[in-house]
Amino acid sequence: MAIVRWGSNPDEISDFDRLRQEVNRLFNVFSPCTEPFASRVYPALNLTDDGNNFYFRAELPGVKPESLDISVVEGQLLLRGERKIEPEEQKAGYHRRERESGFFRRTIALPARVDPGKVSAGMKNGVLTVTLPRAEEAKPRKISVKTT
Amino acid sequence: MKDQEMELKEKKEVKKVAGEGTRPGPVFIPAVDILENTNEIIVLADMPGVESKSVDIDLKDNQLTITGKVDAPEGEKETSLYKEFNWGDYFRQFTLSNVIDQGKISAKMENGVLRLVLPKVEKAKPQKIKVATG
Repeated sequence: MAIVRWGSNPDEISDFDRLRQEVNRLFNVFSPCTEPFASRVYPALNLTDDGNNFYFRAELPGVKPESLDISVVEGQLLLRGERKIEPEEQKAGYHRRERESGFFRRTIALPARVDPGKVSAGMKNGVLTVTLPRAEEAKPRKISVKTT
Repeated sequence: MKDQEMELKEKKEVKKVAGEGTRPGPVFIPAVDILENTNEIIVLADMPGVESKSVDIDLKDNQLTITGKVDAPEGEKETSLYKEFNWGDYFRQFTLSNVIDQGKISAKMENGVLRLVLPKVEKAKPQKIKVATG
């Protein structure tokens, strides 16, 4: 056990603090995940697949489609944009302010090869849907079993 | 705050809905901005996935109830590969003060954002009172 010197440099983390940090870190690794799997990055995305296409959906209320920048590069979908809250007239005072604004950016790896030329995106009621058709070679093929 | 990257706020689910909803699925509380200027109170609510015809605004005894119905857009053949949020209806209630002229409330749904304008009654607008000298 290290000898604790009194009056040593106060900027150093004491051994006890270091021990406490290590133990906290250990507990975080083993404790059950209390929150559902969330990315903590705006916006939240849902990915679905119907065999022919992948669909990405994100809730982006109030975001103008012109401010979105969507691109498909090397098996990744990149979504970037800005959410602006219209400033109301100067004399308005806020009672509540829950909606946020700012930039956002997400990159998602695509599960299979897509045909970049046929990717389309649409915005309806504040929900963005990006449709990515699978590349021909990536479509699932049924393999039939011959009996002999 | 301007150039910051946005942090995801998880959708807040309503714990108890007065009476039970008739549709299955979670019900969420939409984020709102409430602002007030000289003439009116404006409520902006984020309700993505709600069409204008699916919004229900009810006013009863100074209680304003906003309901938005959402139909999950996924087609039947789609299987979910990765899910970060759930689809669900929106519900929020507010108590209005008497300053609102309830007959003149207007609502507009655009791009998933509901804009509710609640005009103030004439006498609730700030009046300038002239002070007579003498």
